[in-house]
Amino acid sequence: MIVEDMMVQDVHTLTPDATLAEAIDKMSANKIRHLPVVDGEFKVVGILTDRDIKEFSPSPFQMNGQDELLETKLQEIMRTPVITGHPLDFVEEVALLFMEERIGCLPIVSDGRLIGMITETDLLHTLIQLTGVSQPGSQIEVKVPNKAGMLYEVAGIIRKNHSNIHSVLVYPYKKDERFKILVFRVQTMNPMSVIEDLREEGHDVLWPSLPMNDQ
Amino acid sequence: MAKSSNERSVIKEAAFVYSDDLLNYRFSKDHPFNQKRLQLTLDLLKKINAISDEDIISPRIATDEELTLIHDHAYIEAVKLASEGKLSKEKAENYGLGTEDTPMFKGMHEASARLVGATLTAVDSVMTNQSRHAVNLGGGLHHGFRGKASGFCIYNDSSVAIKYIQERYNARVLYVDTDAHHGDGVQWSFYDDPNVCTLSIHETGRYLFPGTGAVNEKGHGKGYGYAFNIPLDAFTEDESFLEAYEQSFREIIEFFKPDVILTQNGADAHCLDPLTHLSSTMTIYREIPKLAHQLAHEYCDGKWIAVGGGGYDIWRVVPRAWAHIWMEMTDFELSSNDLPKEWLDKWQSESPVPLIKTWNDPKQVYKAIPRKKEISEKNQQTIQKALYALRSNKKN
Repeated sequence: MIVEDMMVQDVHTLTPDATLAEAIDKMSANKIRHLPVVDGEFKVVGILTDRDIKEFSPSPFQMNGQDELLETKLQEIMRTPVITGHPLDFVEEVALLFMEERIGCLPIVSDGRLIGMITETDLLHTLIQLTGVSQPGSQIEVKVPNKAGMLYEVAGIIRKNHSNIHSVLVYPYKKDERFKILVFRVQTMNPMSVIEDLREEGHDVLWPSLPMNDQ
Repeated sequence: MAKSSNERSVIKEAAFVYSDDLLNYRFSKDHPFNQKRLQLTLDLLKKINAISDEDIISPRIATDEELTLIHDHAYIEAVKLASEGKLSKEKAENYGLGTEDTPMFKGMHEASARLVGATLTAVDSVMTNQSRHAVNLGGGLHHGFRGKASGFCIYNDSSVAIKYIQERYNARVLYVDTDAHHGDGVQWSFYDDPNVCTLSIHETGRYLFPGTGAVNEKGHGKGYGYAFNIPLDAFTEDESFLEAYEQSFREIIEFFKPDVILTQNGADAHCLDPLTHLSSTMTIYREIPKLAHQLAHEYCDGKWIAVGGGGYDIWRVVPRAWAHIWMEMTDFELSSNDLPKEWLDKWQSESPVPLIKTWNDPKQVYKAIPRKKEISEKNQQTIQKALYALRSNKKN
């Protein structure tokens, strides 16, 4: 999936000559934590996060000069330079960038103009969708040897049972690197025939496993 | 059940909606959703003299207009075509039809519309004081969506019934769903409506269909705070299940104060059910209707409509479980723990498994669960999270 398909297009922004008070209002009114600062051409010139706001806001114990502080221009407090992304970036790259740079949002820039934004929340939402959990289905986990062709074999058994697969995840089996776990979300309320067939073919279905099956 | 003197006057205590036509909702010979359950349950009730012909009312068929209270016109047209074998496989797929779960079958529109009509028959009986309570065990198809069949369900009788109650009787409905699967179709139908409150207690969607029903699904917009979900851990046993049911039902009804209660009584949370992984026994199926009955009298002048739902061990589990709903509605007391011999003799030859011969499950119906304590503890946390808003408001 590319950034273009998951970014928010209606981005809230302010200009460098806006004040800290305006930024506070905008963030709390829209319940957002990141505010890109743009110039007249919509070029990203800085960014402000809720942490910056906390840092520069007057303390409730401060008796004098509160109003003055709130009139501070954003150009004096905004962060620069800003890490930006492109609409054709991949979701995995963005996730990695968030971790490596320890950032929580990425303004998306094309042709020098701000056209969208991605936050941690959007990223999480996308990952949830990739797991297929938003569509009705049953989940089946199978432990397979870490070698070529296993996904094909297991998927073939699901195909034989005419079940549509919503999503597939493949991840290493933590306790033993000679194995992998395949996670399928299958569009059926009755996965029993698939599970029986998998077991019959000698596959290790991790779930659903009833305690009775241990006998 | 003790009645207060100022309760509405009704013609009879309870009505049982049934006709053999309801058995026509049948996908295929081997499909796990088998309405033979209705026949087995009714016969069991007859054999213990808990029901007479006067108690039974015939279901009507829901009109297209009634179906469109919830369903898209295009979807209904597609089901009608499928009903005559005229819907192409490609088109069917867009509507969730022709899948392993909901295959197409001849007459499926009429069969599904009758099932919805049966629930509406139950609704009318209660709302027009023909009976204090009513049950349609053929209903409870809670996975049906606005424009899509899902999880053995084509039309969603409960969603249609709730909308019908709103429009026709202007009443507020509390929907309580104890099927082992999440009541997703009904929940999404009223997710932004503060005049319908939904409570679903089910096995966690971690592995089980449909996957939704997390504790943080609480409604949307104006309806926020009017959807409740209690996803129980796999292998949950009776005590923990009932703790979740009793606490949530009592606290939610006190908060919402409905005019009428609609309960969905799926019987697939039983340990013998082949599709799910909960470890409850017949005990919960005795207790579930008991509390619904009590609260209906306490809050809704007795107005209680019950529908069926899931339940895939149709021989050993469902007839006994569902008979309890009717016995509770009519205050019928069992004189013996033994099932009538005539019933056992009549059906044993058809059953692929030995029938259970007593109303209570035999001891050791399932193997003891080693992680019982942790599971109960986890469920308690889930209950606390689901009811947190109600409990903290009460303190203030």
